[in-house]
Amino acid sequence: MRKIKSRTIINAVENLCANANFELPTDVLRSLEKSVLCEKGIAKDILEEMIENALIAKNEQIPLCQDTGMANFFVKFGDDVSIEDGDIYYAINRGVFLGYTKNYLRKSIVSDPLERKNTQDNTPANIYIEIVSGDKIEIAFLAKGGGSENASSSMMLTPSVGWDGVKEFVLKTVNEKGRNACPPLVIGVGIGGDFSSVGFISKKALIREIGSENKNIFYSEKEKELLDEINKLGIGPMGMCGKTTSLAVFIEARPTHIASLPVSVNIQCHSFRRKIIII
Amino acid sequence: MKVDLHDLVLDSKILKAGQKVLIRGIIYTARDSAHDRIVKMLNCAEKIPFEMKNAAIYYCGPSPAKPGMIVGACGPTTSSRMDVFTPRILKEGVKFLIGKGVRSEVVVDSIKQNSAIYLVATGGVAALLSKTVKKIDLIAFEDLGPEAVYKLEVEDMPLIVAIDSFGNTVFKM
Repeated sequence: MRKIKSRTIINAVENLCANANFELPTDVLRSLEKSVLCEKGIAKDILEEMIENALIAKNEQIPLCQDTGMANFFVKFGDDVSIEDGDIYYAINRGVFLGYTKNYLRKSIVSDPLERKNTQDNTPANIYIEIVSGDKIEIAFLAKGGGSENASSSMMLTPSVGWDGVKEFVLKTVNEKGRNACPPLVIGVGIGGDFSSVGFISKKALIREIGSENKNIFYSEKEKELLDEINKLGIGPMGMCGKTTSLAVFIEARPTHIASLPVSVNIQCHSFRRKIIII
Repeated sequence: MKVDLHDLVLDSKILKAGQKVLIRGIIYTARDSAHDRIVKMLNCAEKIPFEMKNAAIYYCGPSPAKPGMIVGACGPTTSSRMDVFTPRILKEGVKFLIGKGVRSEVVVDSIKQNSAIYLVATGGVAALLSKTVKKIDLIAFEDLGPEAVYKLEVEDMPLIVAIDSFGNTVFKM
């Protein structure tokens, strides 16, 4: 079995937090640049500000957004690798602590939802671990801001409503809440599973590059259909009308119960801070 | 159009929904927790740590400044979370609200009644907006960290008039 030191994970996570918050992924930047060409007036100006912001943030290592997010990690942990001097949860949280404090990122986590005391170091992170075969550890990081997370929603539909019901729920959620979530948006859609897992898969769906195809042809078509319909809503950049409401829709489906059709919409703002590393 | 907030106090009606402006002047950051405290203080007739009459409030919780920088990233947060406090805040004479996203009908009415203005900054362009801040001072509620009240001196801060003093709005629902 391959053995690695927890320091390797800590350093990698520390760098992930900084890099993701300073540098917009290339696919997102290209997508914004493409959208500018379709817009005019205020919508165009706003998209241009977003592109200029990405350049300033990268060049001067200033956070893209002051809300540097709740730190989400989707980990694929190989069954033939182990951390010899600690555990993955400790290592990731330590990396978040160092990444957020040393790089002047905002600490946005409160220890209790009602007492609301800031933990001062942006921990604890949301850590989701999946055991896979192999001797590698893949860590996907998503810095998720509160505004877009607040616009997200889940619903337990019944099987009879089918795809039309799912589509209606997604469009309704985006139309009602999308203006406050800093559009153009990336929409993660979870379908199936159960009440607890549908929210998770809608978020996990966001770990994809804009322009990538869903491996399932059926859902690949549905993603295009939803993207088209969402952009017809006319919400536009920052909700001030336009053609660009969403840059991408990613669907993740799971087996479910014969009585159920759970659906979840996880909304991601244009500041799509996502980065994946393999150790 | 370049506008000075100080001049605009006297003539808020010149701005119309949809108009782009570059503002200069003093703005105070206050978001969820600061609003909660301010309204509680007002209800107890306590003194508010800044002059609310004709003030501009910016819904923002900046990231910490790196050494050598004036301020960290400082974009707007979602305004609608403050809707529940806003009519009370406007009653105290606050003239300008700066944030992002839509407001409730109650807030639109209150803006109209008080001849106030709601302006929006582009969300998620916080590095760009940090360049417009020339000075920052901590005013109150230091224990709230990013949610403390800061006094910002801004120059050429790019905003859009989202709700004008007549209650016209830029958002089409």
